[in-house]
Amino acid sequence: MNIRVNGEKFLQDTVQGDRLTLSGAGAWIAINAHTLEVAIQAISRRYPAVKHVVIDMARVERLDTFGAWLLERLTRVFSARGCATDVTGLSSDYGALMSELRTVKLDDGSRRTGSQSLFYAFASIGENIASVGGSLLAIVNMLGALTMAYARVLTRPRSFRFTSLVHQLDNVAWRAVPIILLITFLIGCIIAQQGLFHFRKFGADVYVVDMVGILVLRELGVLIVCIMVAGRSGSAYTAELGSMKMREEIDALQTMGFDPVEVLILPRILALLIGVPILTFLGSMAALYGGGLVCWLYGGIDPEIFLSRLKESIALNTFEVGMIKAPFMALVIGVVASVEGLAVKGSAESLGRQTTASVVESIFLVIVMDGIFAIFFASIGM
Amino acid sequence: MARISPTAAATSNGQDPLAGQIPFKGNGAGTPEVIIEARDIVVGFGDRLVLNHTNLNVYRGEILGFVGGSGAGKSVLMRTIIGLIPKRQGTVKVFGVDMDATSDAGRRAVERRWGILFQQGALFSSLTVKENLQFPVREYLNLSQKLLDELAIAKLEMVGLDASACDKYPSELSGGMTKRVALARALSLDPEIVFLDEPTSGLDPIGAGEFDTLIATLQRTLGLTVFMVTHDLDSLHTVCDRIAVLADGKVISAGTMETMLASEHPWMRAYFHGKRSRAVEHAVPQPTES
Ligand SMILES: Nc1ncnc2c1ncn2[C@@H]1O[C@H](COP(=O)(O)OP(=O)(O)OP(=O)(O)O)[C@@H](O)[C@H]1O
Ligand SMILES: [Mg+2]
Repeated sequence: MNIRVNGEKFLQDTVQGDRLTLSGAGAWIAINAHTLEVAIQAISRRYPAVKHVVIDMARVERLDTFGAWLLERLTRVFSARGCATDVTGLSSDYGALMSELRTVKLDDGSRRTGSQSLFYAFASIGENIASVGGSLLAIVNMLGALTMAYARVLTRPRSFRFTSLVHQLDNVAWRAVPIILLITFLIGCIIAQQGLFHFRKFGADVYVVDMVGILVLRELGVLIVCIMVAGRSGSAYTAELGSMKMREEIDALQTMGFDPVEVLILPRILALLIGVPILTFLGSMAALYGGGLVCWLYGGIDPEIFLSRLKESIALNTFEVGMIKAPFMALVIGVVASVEGLAVKGSAESLGRQTTASVVESIFLVIVMDGIFAIFFASIGM
Repeated sequence: MARISPTAAATSNGQDPLAGQIPFKGNGAGTPEVIIEARDIVVGFGDRLVLNHTNLNVYRGEILGFVGGSGAGKSVLMRTIIGLIPKRQGTVKVFGVDMDATSDAGRRAVERRWGILFQQGALFSSLTVKENLQFPVREYLNLSQKLLDELAIAKLEMVGLDASACDKYPSELSGGMTKRVALARALSLDPEIVFLDEPTSGLDPIGAGEFDTLIATLQRTLGLTVFMVTHDLDSLHTVCDRIAVLADGKVISAGTMETMLASEHPWMRAYFHGKRSRAVEHAVPQPTES
């Protein structure tokens, strides 16, 4: 009947009529808490009908909060059934601890789990849908705030944070050049190789040049660059602004009379507006170079032929279409990153969530914008 | 008691490394056990030495108040003892275990027996209050969720909060609540030593007083040893058994409040006899123990 662990009896029970005597022993401490809990549960189930319970703690050598809480739980279980419960023999050293625990009210907190999970599932679907509208509104809001900040800077050019802009340009554009060149170069190579491989079957080798030229200049150059920038700089913006938000730095700026949009966000977005077109141009050139190289080495199309064919197949407006899109895409990336950054709440988890959202959302919007531009340019015949 | 470590004594040219430090007299009979022994600690950042051959003993069962000017290196010494900051020289023994010489398992065994309240709280921001308190317990003990929940609430009540705080996230807590939750987390494994870095800063005077009482109660009931960095003269007067003073990278003095008040060191005179301290001195009857 007794619960024995390592030869130690923690709790021993003896019954006389409706009177239960429990005598504790050993060390009622954290490492034994699990065994004790089981013993206590077993005993409280075993004697549903007793009227009087005496818990003798005289032989308990040590007691910590774990043991003390289990003792308290034991007395509560029996008291709740209307038993008279006495604890005797407890060393007076533990009196303060026990009286501390006696006042603990458990009700709140532990009941708020489970059962309503279906409700929460529906609620979270609703919240998500509403939050899409909310984030669109936030984007429009941010565009407005940016315009205001820009107008203010135009009237007072001295207040513009030029250092910050240069610093951001360094991060966004200059440091991104090698990776952008490498990736667009490889993409150019791959397109040309695939084109050659398939076009060769019906002797249309030379049209590969048209394909590479148009595809790269109109669509791929700007898209690849924007996706890279969204992943590289958009996420950095969100994380930077988010951690500033977490540490109340943005609140501090505001209370000093600065506009966070003007101080933090405007230079970042201007850096993107300048950086992304430059990167797009460099990226497109690298892709054409890669395409040309593959045409020469793999397809046997001489560089002179490649260049003259390229000159025939593309017009200036092919190039313009790509370049016009770049600043708009940059704006989308910057605004989304800033909105998500400012939406960060207190926890590290929320920072991670907003950074992910920022990248996913901006890539999505970049592609949607690209589609809209395609329709637009088609309808004006560009 | 004077020469605990012959090697340390030898390094400082035969001088007592604990010169000017009076040991804890203990609550009971017999010589109290040294529970934390920091010898000859040198810690620096770049070419600036923050701790310069610092020695300190903490005895079992005492509440040690650790004072010093802002930037004196109190947090640095605490973090060095805990092992968060590498030291250039010196040894730290906790429970008699040399923290540099012991294995990983030995370190973990020691770590399980101490609890730490960081100056900024350092609660896990993505866990609720309840989960913060249960995190270390779950790691070391295999308890039922029901018991974990009850213990979390019990710990919260012990530090003066209630069950309604359970499901809040750290970012939703006030400064004082953060301190209390952090203390509750430090106590969640019923440690033998607790390190408290300015536990009462940011609390209202009543709250700070309760906090002191709480620490004293816990120390009595659980036999805690408390290493408390504090600037709160009330705490020093009411709960600390001993006070250690850090200045110029060394512990210049350690002893009871009377020793502190009797000291001639200029910084200590300014600290313990300053305008703010006088109010406390007069308001609180000085402890006349032993
Ligand atoms: N990681 C670090 N790198 C460089 N210097 C540091 C570092 N941590 C602390 N310091 C320096 O060490 C010195 C002591 O710092 P510490 O945080 O210990 O002060 P303190 O005594 O706890 O002060 P306070 O009472 O203000 O908390 C300070 O001058 C601080 O600048
Ligand atoms: Mg500090």
